Amino acid sequence: MRRLLSIWLPLLAFALFLLFPFYWMVLTSIKPNAELVSVTANPFWVAHPTLDHVKYLLYSTSYPRWFWNTMAVASAATALSISVSFSAAVALARLRFRGSEGVSLGIYLAYLIPPAILFIPLAEVMLKLGWFDRLWSLVPVYSTFLIPFCTWLLVGYLKSIPRELEEAAMVDGASRVRIILEIILPLSAPGLISAFIFCFTLSWNEYLYALVFMSSPAHKTVPVGLATELVRGDIYQWGPLMAGALLGSLPVAVVYFFFVEHYVAGMSGALKG
Amino acid sequence: MMRGLSLDRGPLLPTLLLVPAAVLLGGLLALPLVLGVLLGFKDATIGEAGNFIGLDNYRYLITDPVFRITALNTALYTLVTVVFKLALGLALALILNQRFAGYRFWRSVLLLPYVVPTVLSAFAWWWILDPQFSFISWALLKLGILDQHVNFLGSAWLARASLMVANVWRGIPFFTVGYLAGLQSVPKELHEAAAIDGASSWRIFWEITWLLLLPLTTILTIFSAIFTFTDFQLIWTITRGGPANATHLFVTLAYQRAIPGGALGEGAAIAGFTLPFLALLAWAALDALRRQP
Repeated sequence: MRRLLSIWLPLLAFALFLLFPFYWMVLTSIKPNAELVSVTANPFWVAHPTLDHVKYLLYSTSYPRWFWNTMAVASAATALSISVSFSAAVALARLRFRGSEGVSLGIYLAYLIPPAILFIPLAEVMLKLGWFDRLWSLVPVYSTFLIPFCTWLLVGYLKSIPRELEEAAMVDGASRVRIILEIILPLSAPGLISAFIFCFTLSWNEYLYALVFMSSPAHKTVPVGLATELVRGDIYQWGPLMAGALLGSLPVAVVYFFFVEHYVAGMSGALKG
Repeated sequence: MMRGLSLDRGPLLPTLLLVPAAVLLGGLLALPLVLGVLLGFKDATIGEAGNFIGLDNYRYLITDPVFRITALNTALYTLVTVVFKLALGLALALILNQRFAGYRFWRSVLLLPYVVPTVLSAFAWWWILDPQFSFISWALLKLGILDQHVNFLGSAWLARASLMVANVWRGIPFFTVGYLAGLQSVPKELHEAAAIDGASSWRIFWEITWLLLLPLTTILTIFSAIFTFTDFQLIWTITRGGPANATHLFVTLAYQRAIPGGALGEGAAIAGFTLPFLALLAWAALDALRRQP
């Protein structure tokens, strides 16, 4: 009885609130238009499930293109950011050099500068570089909000690897580069997995830069494509829109569920100084 | 052997390791930040570099009624949602911190709102809040509580409240994850000792758990505040700042004025208004992180 009140009832309330929008997404994407606009049908259920919305999305819109665009940009931005962050984190956490305090502070401040205040001047920079409406240009752009977070995460992780291992290898005459590649890199695997999940999910989540910098339909990402090509104030778009939101959430959800422990560990690790 | 430029000692290796990060962050983050501040003092539009006009953008904005509403709305939105996210996030963490059947499953699933791309879940909220087909209206009509559909996004206060609910929905897991980590470090002996002394669980929570979590609360609150007051995705997807510019935050207004509107200088000035708050919060967060045990 006590557990019912202290665990199960409040948990149920949270589950209803936090999961309902996902239920709604799934329900809408398989509900035929006739039921979507019906005033008599029970809105919480579907009488005749259909795959029409998914078919429409896949065959009559550029959705598959947006999906692969997002996948390609997210993968490339993740690979770039993790390599750059790992090398920066090694320098900050494992090597002693003058000015390392200042660099750490700079990385921390960079993490707190949101894309939201950079997109206008960045548009200027992109125009000068001739990077406008080029899909690959999102890779270095996304790395600017991924690198600070990953570096911070990895510095915290690398500091927890005992120095004795390194010192032993040094005594054996190994060079610093070999120590980094053969001792530190393999030991950082859990930290790198956390960094991977965050880079990948944050890249899929990105909206503002892709919205401002990509203009042709062939270069859009999933969130931008759905928002600009499928939203036309027409109620009959709800089915495809929800199907698109659902399919677009899948890659992120899969990666998340696969590595959920790393996700939680990474997020709590990032809150430590 | 060449020993002059050795990777094994001296600053060469750390420098090489930091160069890629410095190039990317310097060119695409630090440089735009400086350019943005400068742009705020120019009358630039799309296609025209513009001239320096001093503080004119800022002067104009503080007399602009839309900007004033936006500033108030940003403050209100941040304050209200952060309080709810903190309270509900902590409550959920306290539930999940108990051991029960399937707690791993519940923890994973209940963090989903934070993981799924914001724009995509915002579409679901937009649909849930639809003026004609919202299930909330449907249910209220069926129960006989209302006699007409609720136009959630049609009036200023209802739209603001709706956006706050959607934002709280998305932000709860951020606090939950943070607090779950923090709760691991609250020593069980303290709770047991207090329970033996006959303290109620309510008192144990306020006088032990809450106090021990206070430094973490500060950090979580500051981070959440930064992400909330620079929010763009939710607002732009659900209301685009409407109805009648009532739900704009700084960033959605900056976007509207600068990109569709073409007034780059003015947009940059709106973003510029956030910088002092950001600096203050960044300093406070740094201070809190350093104090953390």
